[in-house]
Amino acid sequence: MKIAVCVSHVPDTAAKINIGNDGKSIDPTGVTFVINPYDEFAVEEALKTKEKFGGETVAISYGPDANKETLKKALAMGIDNAVLLKSSDNADSIAVAKALAEEIKSQSAELVFFGKQSVDFDNSVVGQMTAELLGYNSVTVAITFGLEGNKITCEREIEGGKEVIETTLPAVITAQKGLNEPRYASLKGIMAAKKKVIVEKQPAEASNGIEILAMKKPAMRQVGKILGTDASVVPELVRLLREEAKVI
Amino acid sequence: MANKVLVFLEQRNCQIKKSSFEAAKVGSEFASKLSGSVEAITVGYEIDGLEKVGGYGVSKVSHFKNSELINYSSSAYAEIISKFALDNGFDIIFFGNTSLGKDLAPRVAVKIDAALAMDCISLNFENKEIVVTRPIYGGKVLLDLKLNSEKKVFVLRPNVFNAGIATEDKAQVAVENVDSPNMSVKVTEIKKSEGKLDVTEADIIVSGGRGMKAPEHFNMVEELAQTLNAAVGASRAVVDAGWRPHGEQVGQTGKTVSPNLYIALGISGAIQHLAGMRSSKYIVAINKDKDAPIFQIADYGIVGDVFEVVPSMIEEIKKIKS
Repeated sequence: MKIAVCVSHVPDTAAKINIGNDGKSIDPTGVTFVINPYDEFAVEEALKTKEKFGGETVAISYGPDANKETLKKALAMGIDNAVLLKSSDNADSIAVAKALAEEIKSQSAELVFFGKQSVDFDNSVVGQMTAELLGYNSVTVAITFGLEGNKITCEREIEGGKEVIETTLPAVITAQKGLNEPRYASLKGIMAAKKKVIVEKQPAEASNGIEILAMKKPAMRQVGKILGTDASVVPELVRLLREEAKVI
Repeated sequence: MANKVLVFLEQRNCQIKKSSFEAAKVGSEFASKLSGSVEAITVGYEIDGLEKVGGYGVSKVSHFKNSELINYSSSAYAEIISKFALDNGFDIIFFGNTSLGKDLAPRVAVKIDAALAMDCISLNFENKEIVVTRPIYGGKVLLDLKLNSEKKVFVLRPNVFNAGIATEDKAQVAVENVDSPNMSVKVTEIKKSEGKLDVTEADIIVSGGRGMKAPEHFNMVEELAQTLNAAVGASRAVVDAGWRPHGEQVGQTGKTVSPNLYIALGISGAIQHLAGMRSSKYIVAINKDKDAPIFQIADYGIVGDVFEVVPSMIEEIKKIKS
């Protein structure tokens, strides 16, 4: 079975984000970019599935040359091949999904893993959109994944609990934290990844339905009051919450 | 353009969710601003009180009904809604940004060829167009955007838009029986976390961090939460350490929350945590370290020992509640 995993290259969650001079993009100066944290769970699940059932794994990323670093990370973890769908555009989700769907089709991958969302634009839509374009079944925000024959059983996180979902291949699964424990790349894996060639392709241009008007930092909150340094101020805290804030 | 607006009403356990009434209110407001019309659609089996959506300005609801649709099915729900929208020429659809809405809206957007704005926290009407504000980078940045497409889908963050008080108006409910829905993806069971409130749905959250020192000390966090009828949250550090389940994690790789009150116990306030809870209406921080970044955004702070302060809070709140 061919298993694909789609990965994105995003600012580390510990990074401070500043707005660029155009007011419509972020200033990448001094920002460390990493593999999207949720995509590590997707890579791990692709590797585990291959270990269990055999087959071949391919990592696909859409974006500029810098994304190769994230593809290398996936290769170092053990993914067999990597494809960069090269684009410098700030494409919207549907454009990305269209390019990914084309590539997945040409690879004839039957099972596709994504992270449940990229921690840059936080849309959490590309997995579902890609599945729709391919006509694949899909389950999002998966915290368990099981495959038997062509039958898939997943648990999906919902408000206050989880849903058990059944579907069949071909399918797209988006990974939530908790799905597995992503492995560290071994030294051997890192060395092997260095020798692998990342295939570069030019995706077809897609129209962009979203117009970015501006990016801004959220308003600073007013610095509040330090009420004291021990439990003696608790009655005052409770009074403020009740009478001033009216929240309890 | 016709400006026909459609609102998706989400049901769980045969009840319409509050976030759907918020979407109905927003949908009816924008329909009138755009000199258009508004209707609602829902999918499920038996659903209580559907006519109540009339109180939020939506006078007609189409209820697509089949016993198999009692739980969510991405394949069936997406097909039904898209077909209804295409057949009836709807050009704007509103959803709530819930776990179901997030899963469903992008599928519908693809099927009807619409541009999509997820997790909207404000919608403004400028030059006869809808301008969306939504948080990105886990809330570190706010993005203003507009959708340049004939059809548009907006997905609204729950608890941000005010549904207001419902009027007495009742909506007309049209039941459409669905024959053999596409159940290629289906829910076979729902496992509830017993008696626990979810952080994304709670009015009050009590969160604990590494300052709680050990997993067993979360009893105290839970007790305070219970006293306040609040949900329990956690920082990434304690989730990664295995002290708490990841469903409780607040922050950039956990949940983004905006409760009325957020109480941070022993949380220093890493940038990714602050991004996920800074839009809370009121923030209380209790931490030993006076330089902890959490105090920069807290409305009320106590620079002190959680093990001393929290039991006293529980006692004090019990006193006023009794």
